Amino acid sequence: MAFEGGEDGFAVTGPLDQLLAWARKNSLWPMPLGLSCCAIEMMSTIGPRFDISRFGAEVARFSPRQSDVMIVAGTLTWKMASVARRIYDQMPNPKYVISMGVCASSGGLYRNYAVVPGVDRLIPVDVYTMGCPPRPDTLLNALLTLQKKIDKGSTHASGNPRPAVVGLGG
Amino acid sequence: MSDTATTTSAIDDAIAAHAATFAGTVQPKTQDGIPTVRVPRDQAIGFLVAMRDDPQLRFRLLLDVTALDYYGQARDRFDVVYHCYSFESRSRLRVKTSCSERDAVVPSAVPEFPTAGFLEREVFDMFGIRFDGNPDLRRILMPEDYEHHPLRKDFPLEGIEPEKNYRKHGGVMMPRAPGAEPINGARSDTP
Repeated sequence: MAFEGGEDGFAVTGPLDQLLAWARKNSLWPMPLGLSCCAIEMMSTIGPRFDISRFGAEVARFSPRQSDVMIVAGTLTWKMASVARRIYDQMPNPKYVISMGVCASSGGLYRNYAVVPGVDRLIPVDVYTMGCPPRPDTLLNALLTLQKKIDKGSTHASGNPRPAVVGLGG
Repeated sequence: MSDTATTTSAIDDAIAAHAATFAGTVQPKTQDGIPTVRVPRDQAIGFLVAMRDDPQLRFRLLLDVTALDYYGQARDRFDVVYHCYSFESRSRLRVKTSCSERDAVVPSAVPEFPTAGFLEREVFDMFGIRFDGNPDLRRILMPEDYEHHPLRKDFPLEGIEPEKNYRKHGGVMMPRAPGAEPINGARSDTP
């Protein structure tokens, strides 16, 4: 991918899939599926202190039709599972999923009849996030990791899923 | 208010008198000091109504309906427990009745205490006890198509994943880890 041109203006040239990935990764509109306390950290991430808009993901859409990445923030119960899956189904392709926190990633400390042991039982996850709840930095790290994965084409949406697990350090 | 029983002993005496007419037995007091009455299953609602309408006692608020599972013990498997509160005497009352696993049906308190609706739905969801006369006896906490009753003692602690839920969503169920022990199905004799 290259920038061509001079003072009169410029053009970006390159293979179409690279250009698309470049555009997509820098405008990831999140679908905030806030299910429990992780949602508070997610709100903090969206807010001015951590400012997720630095990475093009500030437009939190509460309609799945207008969103690119679903952030599953919190404990998914079996009662809620069908709803979460339906919201995921309603998102347009290509779509990505960040599993925020240990509850969404594995069920966390809730090993019982009520909680889904990991949202990947129902929804394909691209990036898993450590923490209970994860710091906003960790969620930003997950977002940056997802951007890299979109660039490399290693997401579920691009047919080559290689899920990543991120913590604070990356 | 002068006709309301105020002393603990007066309340206990009035409760005991009612219990006798409903073939109930007053249980020894528990550590929390709440008088407990065990009544036959078909007398439970009548007893609750009598306690509510007695001008001395007036246990007007049905606080909670819950259940106990005595799985594996030589007695009726389930106890259904009602807790009542009297604003006038600021005292509580516990009413217990029991039903067997094979005939896990208890008369509903909804016609007399509308608040019992959700409470009975929860007991039905968690224990599989049916309430005869509840107009809307559906699951309230678990998914509608769940097949087990999680608070039964023979239900595995780690839960049973609802496979119908997976099938409904196109079979994205992840395979269980190799070598993982099979999950025992909970025995459930009630539909």
